[in-house]
Amino acid sequence: MKGKVEADHGRLVSPRRAAVYWRRLRLQPVALAGTFIFFLFLVIALLGPLIAPYDYAAQDATQRLQSPSLGHWMGTDNFGRDVFSRVLVGARDVFYLGGIGTLLAAVVGTSLGLLAGYVGRLWDEAIMRVLDVLLAFPALLLAMVLLATAGPSDLNLILVIAVLYIPMFARIARSMVLDLRTREFIEAARLRGEKRSYILFREMLPNALPPLLVEASIRFAYSIFLVASLGFLGLGVPPPNPDWGRQVNEARTFFDAAPWMLLFPAAAISLLVIGTSLMADGLRHVFGPPVARGSR
Amino acid sequence: MTGFILRRLGFVILTVLLSSVLVFGATHVLPGDVATMILGREASEQAKDSLRQELGLDRSLVVQYGSWLSDLARGDWGTSLSTGEDVRGVTLERLSNSAMLALVAFFMYVPLGIFLGVIAAWRRNSYIDQVISAGSLAFVGLPEFVTAVLLIAVFSRALHWFPSSSAIAPGTGFFSALPSLILPGLTVSLTSLAYVVRMTRAGTAEVLETDYVRTARLKGLSAGNVLFRHVLRNSLLPTVTVIAAGVGWLIGGLIVTESVFGYPGLGRLVLFAVQRRDLPLIQATTMVIVTIFALANLAADIMYALLNPRIRYR
Amino acid sequence: MAAVPGHVTTPGRMGGPGQLVAPTFKTERLSVVYLTEQGPLRAVRGVSLSVAAGETMGVVGESGSGKTTLALGAIGYLPANGRVESGTSRLAGVDLAGRPRRELRHVWGSKVGLVSQNPQAALNPTLTIGRQMDEMGRRHLSLGRRAAREASLAMLERVAMPDPQAVASRYPHQLSGGMLQRCALAMALLTHPAVLILDEPTTGLDVTSQATILDLLDDLKAQFHTAILYITHNLGVVARVCDRIAVMYAGEISEEATAPDLFAQPLHPYTANLLRCVPRLGGQGTQERLATIPGSLPQMGDLPSGCVFAPRCPLAVEDCRAARPPLVEANAGRKTACLRWQILRSEEGRQTALQLDLRAAAPLTLSAVPRAPAGPPRVRDGSSSPPGTLVAMPQDLLTVEDAAKECPGPRPRSTVKAVDGTTLSVGAQQTFGLVGESGSGKTTLARIVAGLTRPTRGHVHLEGTPLGPSVSGRDPSVLRRLQMVFQSPETSLNPRQTAGQAVMRPLVLLAGLERREAGQRARELLEAVRLPASYFDRYPGELSGGEKQRVAIARAFAAGPDLVICDEPVSSLDVSVQGALMNLIGDLQDGAGTSYLFISHDLAAVQHLSHFIGVMYLGALMEMGDAARVLASPYHPYTEALLSAVPVPDPTSRDHRMRLRGSPPSSAETPSGCRFHPRCPRFQGDLCRDQAPPWRLSDGGVIARDAATPATADAAAAAAEHAICCHIPLHDLAALQEAGRR
Repeated sequence: MKGKVEADHGRLVSPRRAAVYWRRLRLQPVALAGTFIFFLFLVIALLGPLIAPYDYAAQDATQRLQSPSLGHWMGTDNFGRDVFSRVLVGARDVFYLGGIGTLLAAVVGTSLGLLAGYVGRLWDEAIMRVLDVLLAFPALLLAMVLLATAGPSDLNLILVIAVLYIPMFARIARSMVLDLRTREFIEAARLRGEKRSYILFREMLPNALPPLLVEASIRFAYSIFLVASLGFLGLGVPPPNPDWGRQVNEARTFFDAAPWMLLFPAAAISLLVIGTSLMADGLRHVFGPPVARGSR
Repeated sequence: MTGFILRRLGFVILTVLLSSVLVFGATHVLPGDVATMILGREASEQAKDSLRQELGLDRSLVVQYGSWLSDLARGDWGTSLSTGEDVRGVTLERLSNSAMLALVAFFMYVPLGIFLGVIAAWRRNSYIDQVISAGSLAFVGLPEFVTAVLLIAVFSRALHWFPSSSAIAPGTGFFSALPSLILPGLTVSLTSLAYVVRMTRAGTAEVLETDYVRTARLKGLSAGNVLFRHVLRNSLLPTVTVIAAGVGWLIGGLIVTESVFGYPGLGRLVLFAVQRRDLPLIQATTMVIVTIFALANLAADIMYALLNPRIRYR
Repeated sequence: MAAVPGHVTTPGRMGGPGQLVAPTFKTERLSVVYLTEQGPLRAVRGVSLSVAAGETMGVVGESGSGKTTLALGAIGYLPANGRVESGTSRLAGVDLAGRPRRELRHVWGSKVGLVSQNPQAALNPTLTIGRQMDEMGRRHLSLGRRAAREASLAMLERVAMPDPQAVASRYPHQLSGGMLQRCALAMALLTHPAVLILDEPTTGLDVTSQATILDLLDDLKAQFHTAILYITHNLGVVARVCDRIAVMYAGEISEEATAPDLFAQPLHPYTANLLRCVPRLGGQGTQERLATIPGSLPQMGDLPSGCVFAPRCPLAVEDCRAARPPLVEANAGRKTACLRWQILRSEEGRQTALQLDLRAAAPLTLSAVPRAPAGPPRVRDGSSSPPGTLVAMPQDLLTVEDAAKECPGPRPRSTVKAVDGTTLSVGAQQTFGLVGESGSGKTTLARIVAGLTRPTRGHVHLEGTPLGPSVSGRDPSVLRRLQMVFQSPETSLNPRQTAGQAVMRPLVLLAGLERREAGQRARELLEAVRLPASYFDRYPGELSGGEKQRVAIARAFAAGPDLVICDEPVSSLDVSVQGALMNLIGDLQDGAGTSYLFISHDLAAVQHLSHFIGVMYLGALMEMGDAARVLASPYHPYTEALLSAVPVPDPTSRDHRMRLRGSPPSSAETPSGCRFHPRCPRFQGDLCRDQAPPWRLSDGGVIARDAATPATADAAAAAAEHAICCHIPLHDLAALQEAGRR
């Protein structure tokens, strides 16, 4: 009994709450499908090179532009490389670049937003004005300009994604703080002399997590889109990495002869983006209204 | 109201100024030596030095920024490093091409997007709503380059309705260019359409839940009256802002789409500039786009205020 | 349409009782079901009601009782997941239930009018009042544009709207809540509907605005001869406006009677207890125990098989739990759904049904909670300091000296004086009740005391020690002594922390307990506020409003404070829960010797709990003193108006009407002279307009408003008894008020 007192303090998701979330998710078949797609690709990203039947870079002049068959499930490209293996391995870069970039944006953006919202005044003005400037650029344009000068590399791509999405996370975190700041439980915390860091991270952050998580999944979907677009424009991951966007671009010339070269990576992009969007949409509902049980 | 517009205008100017700092900074401060970038790695140190001097790169950054900004404001946008053309001339010409394409796209997706969004919200959870919502989600996930390639395959290669390349000659008028604008316009529209549909649906659904719509219904008003007088008046307010914010999407879409169709617009020019690391061209095109984006948001803010009595009468 | 045989209505104060009148609007065994994730919820079950033309039928119930669903179901308007499962709802013989919307559109607006709770939300923000009203004339009366506008203006005139032309061209956000509600009434009545449904029409309004709306309703009832269905949770309001009353509980009607009968002799234990859950003005103050109804409303998806009230009923016997008791005719014209209603007919029987929670009358002790030793209770005599004065007494527990808060106003360079120079003090183990309408500055004053709002000037002292202007500058030992209970139970607990964590935190932080010890103490505290120990691990989302507020109270008391500021702690709770909470607040004071600064807009609640009362208007105190004396003549004219505006839950009381002029003030412009003069019913002319009034003391003395200290100790003592800030001498006020009563 006593031990239970310690349990759970500061835990963001209690088992009971998780059960409620799961029940709600199960009631939305579309969101559930999206979540399944997301995790399927995640598994592919983790295991890609291990389960790929061929080396994604191995060229075979005898096997050029083969249509899909039992040997090559998604056919081969103009160098005789196995499209299936290239799609599988391509997932790794998407999660690696988009995932880490989004994560970085979430951490930095949320911290800046919390700071701006809670400290207020000059800090708020300064931080938000600077971030507004980033929002004044269409995302793809800013990414292109930054990559043009910094040069395309994995690290730069991750940093660019992070820079692009920091303002969104900061805005959400800030508005959550501004909303929560006047809530009475925060005032109660101030009345008992809690430190600013306790109020920000223990009282506010857990309440801001659900919308931030939703935002993170939306941003991740956008980042896939962005990385693919950059790849298509020739500004993405440098070769020989099998970037989905670049694959589509390279396949355009062979579209009449070998449409599979284009269709499979294109389908992979769309499926992952749509799946992640559906999951984000579902999460919004899952986290939506407060958890209620045994009371009105 | 005038005060409001002036304040917003001041904000636009501030945003554009700060963006210019970022554009300038991104092209000068980030790793990479401009002279090396232009002349290539093999160029002699001497050649690089003279180029630096020519470009004023030996001066302090603040001075460089100041002279760059004042040149830009006076209309002297420099000459392209890769083609030697006058940057201003080529940028403005491409801008007018892009404006034609954007206009076509805008008239395709805005009315249709609002229409479908309102229908989906009005018939919430019905079969038609599910089709519209799922369809719009699918298009959100479809990158422009995929849509473009598929549209070309169907409407150009298979059906021969429209040309697959939209490489129009300089100075082509709107109506003679129109056939070349349909497919790229459609490509850009599909992604933006989905965005407008989703936002309109959300906004309208929210208004449909309000007390005042219940009041209107319980006044016995016809469905049309409720929708047009009470719902849309309120739900389209945020949509105005959404459409302005969507201009960012539209521009991103144009960059990709123009390059697929070979359409000589501003987006393709940006891509060209970036690929060649043509600094004056990058700076000018980026600043033009940022200004347009800021002005679109300004227009939306003003429209929002005009339509909303709570701001109009304060 | 034939008269329904056997149906007897008493059109109350308007016609002769007992005449046979055919009901205009009649529901019969109406059941409404909502299809939800958890399965079908039967929100309204087998309700039969009837309202005759010119009659006002009240439906009283707590939140979740199904009263609004009943009304909306009866006129065929339900959300997409709701439908009428069975039963009929006839308006002039035509059944509305379950009819398609296309047909109902000719009924809604023309034959049925609805006015709902929040007028600011119920009117379209982007259309002028005039255009919204015109729609009624154009749609249902086939009027042209101009004729419709004329009809709207005429209707605005009839609801006593000053300058209808101007009002018609306004947007909703430009009018006050009371004005908007009058516009909504005018709009609903424009077509002379046969039935008017009023769904909590005055709930969001201040008492004085509510009173003018209720007065207006009286006039309109006489003019329009409409059948009115009045839905509310407020017993005072139903007593004031209704001819007959139906009490709803958990989706069923538990009792129906004429208003006088219901209040004189409730024949259902739920009603009997409900009537005693809230204090009455002029009651016995702190000595009175309020009724509490243990437990909570049953879940609609999990109803008991027998009487729905049986689980909470002190009279329940085996039969009650076996089968649902029908609503039967008890006496002529009254029905009850209680099997044992006969018991309630006698006074002793009623006493057995009341749950006065007497076991808690023994003082509660918060045994081992470390706290500063409480001094002996102060006796009110000349030697000791008075517990509440308009001048600061350093020896009191809390003193507030000339506190003021100005904030930037809505327009550039304007300032809002939220609190404008207020001085008061609170004695140890005393309750200082601060009463005022919205915008009076009472909450700002409380926040200044708590250190949550930094005052523009003035000081707060705790036992003579000055407190910093902001919590962040206050010492933990000070923070421990001063805690707060907030208004909204929904936001006063962190939704991500369990009840136990919420209560433990101040124990660890302020009382310096070890976690283990704190956990033990937290459990004791939860018990002290009457929550089962199992609630320790519950999240706020799993608690009801009253339970959340109990946790918040336990949290405030955890570190053993000397002063607890209660900012409207019961206002947002259901009636049946309010009594229990107020009993608890009183008991904790008796047990722990805490002082309260109790803030409320509810005069009865303030009177019930307070030893001293201060009445605030536009940021300043208008009257203060001993509770009994503040609420007895002579009053300040504002206090008088407040008292007369409160609807009393007693239909037989002949109220003395004194209404305020003009619309509610905004603190952006403090009027010159006496700040109350533009609305004062006892306005005396230039003197009131030009000069700030002095404090008039009960012994006939006078202190200038800005005096720092009273001239003499006698004056101080007199000030402690009773003081009124008014130009009119007290005996003249008393005479005026006596004359007004006749």
